[in-house]
Amino acid sequence: MNIRKKASDLMAWIDYRLPVTKAYKTHMSEYYAPKNLNAWYFFGVLAMLVFANQLLSGIWLTMFYTPTVEEAFDSIEYIMRDVESGWIIRYMHEVGASFFFIVVYLHIYRGFLYGSYKKPRELVWVIGMFIYFLMMAEGFFGYVLPFGNMSYWGAKVILSLIGAIPVFGPDLQIWVQGDFMISGVTLSRFFAFHVALVPLIIILGVYLHLIALHQVGSNNPDGIDIKAVKDEQGIPKDGIPFHPYYTVHDLIPVVIFLMLFFAAVFFFPGGGGFFIEAPNYVPANNLSTPDHIAPVWYYTPFYAMLRAVTVDFLYLDAKFWGLIVMGGAILIVFFLPWLDRSPVNSMRYKGRISKAFLMIWTISFLCLGVLGVKPADWAPSWVSPVLTIIYFSYFFLMPFYTRWESCKTVPERIGADR
Amino acid sequence: MSNESFDDAPSDGRRSFLTGTTCALFTAGGAGLMTPYVKSWSPSARAMAAGAPISIDLTKISEGEMVVEEWRGRPIYVLKRSREMLESFESLDEQLRNPSSEDDQQPVYAKNDNRSIKPEFLVVEGLCTHLGCTPKFRPNKNEEGFTGFFCPCHGSKFDFAGRVYKGVPAPTNLKVPPHHYVDDNTLIVGAEKEETA
Repeated sequence: MNIRKKASDLMAWIDYRLPVTKAYKTHMSEYYAPKNLNAWYFFGVLAMLVFANQLLSGIWLTMFYTPTVEEAFDSIEYIMRDVESGWIIRYMHEVGASFFFIVVYLHIYRGFLYGSYKKPRELVWVIGMFIYFLMMAEGFFGYVLPFGNMSYWGAKVILSLIGAIPVFGPDLQIWVQGDFMISGVTLSRFFAFHVALVPLIIILGVYLHLIALHQVGSNNPDGIDIKAVKDEQGIPKDGIPFHPYYTVHDLIPVVIFLMLFFAAVFFFPGGGGFFIEAPNYVPANNLSTPDHIAPVWYYTPFYAMLRAVTVDFLYLDAKFWGLIVMGGAILIVFFLPWLDRSPVNSMRYKGRISKAFLMIWTISFLCLGVLGVKPADWAPSWVSPVLTIIYFSYFFLMPFYTRWESCKTVPERIGADR
Repeated sequence: MSNESFDDAPSDGRRSFLTGTTCALFTAGGAGLMTPYVKSWSPSARAMAAGAPISIDLTKISEGEMVVEEWRGRPIYVLKRSREMLESFESLDEQLRNPSSEDDQQPVYAKNDNRSIKPEFLVVEGLCTHLGCTPKFRPNKNEEGFTGFFCPCHGSKFDFAGRVYKGVPAPTNLKVPPHHYVDDNTLIVGAEKEETA
């Protein structure tokens, strides 16, 4: 009996008990992806790559980090100075956090462009948004762990938002932080959330995201349903197997991504004050707030919306409405599949109104991001409320303009119109 | 699809070359990535500093007396041997398992009859070579006439050179750590004398 025969016998033995070959076919060699996927489709793979980096570097950091008020800050310095190669592992984790958000923002924006959230991919979208929400929680808990001064005051600001909830807010805040102030109790539970609870749910979320995607198949820049036209074997005519075509194809963005990523790790680990802010190189001081408090860049559009609300309304103070607006800004994106009533998926075939709305919305989101970094009095006070209204009107008006505008006709096959 | 042939399709040789080089590059990259993760498990600079050589002042030890110092978490016995102790060695050879230290339990400079650089000073790690208990210093003879080091855990016996007796559980002599003398009264444990080029 030759080796090849033995290997196939072993594979048969395993397949009878565990569907390895079947899973490989379903998700790799016989998963047919549209043949026209462009550069916007790199970011899903890249997000998985950074997530793997976060898990590996994060597990290693827990080996050296101490989650106590007395030692947290010193243990980070211990990692940076004393642990062999500790600095690179920590910087990979810290730069990785920002790069995770960069690729995930682009990944989500791809969905906006090509209507990836539309039927039948609603659950892919909702699960993905859920992962994004968990990532924001994960980033927040992680930022608190070094217990620098920005960690402390950032946690303070976010936790006081809980206190803004009417009636039971203040008690809820004390319950969440486990003390009357942010103390060692808070730090240890944030550590548990950051290293165990949240990552476990994210892993589950990523799994469900992929299973749901492979159930319905990938969308594409034309928004053409490739499953509509199949050959005699039932294979979509405009589909190509994910492996080897897209696996090999994706190696190129992976290499380019790694070059950029490690350039940041080696030369700009602080990201010019955007990845870690300067006050976080000073130990936490509960008696002195840093001069200028701004969240890390990936939260800033939402932070600017939180700050934009300055009027009391319906007997509730502005702080609570700010929280509602900020939460609503994230929550409303979950509902995109049901807000978009357009007959077509992709921006390529949508009408002028959709294109204009997306462009204005993109500008408002970016401007809100800039405002969130700057002090509250940096721009005239009407700017951020106006941008907030634009942000929401994109979603609230979507059911109307997507129905009324006239769209181009989507060809039946990919490339048929060229 | 497999039945169709493409004129511009790479040949099998070229295809396997590309696959091979791609795999090789990713393997090299993977090895590079592994490096910090593997290195971070070695003793940190803090652990290295804590494990640095120690200096022992010999003037505080009087003849026939032993001090215990700590190096890398291990007890280091420094015994200033009396003439009597040194003279006891030759008569013991018959009872010892490895009287002439024919193994690697000591640096070469301590591989001699009295297992030391200076005959009057014995420097050993105070850990029984059986299961790591600390042997007790017995300068005075007991009923059986034994002197030396006696391990309370399983009864191993060593003489004043740390050499193990026959018929006890400990397999080898007590370990002699790297050490040297910077001057007549100062002993450094944890480092060998630096070679002067």
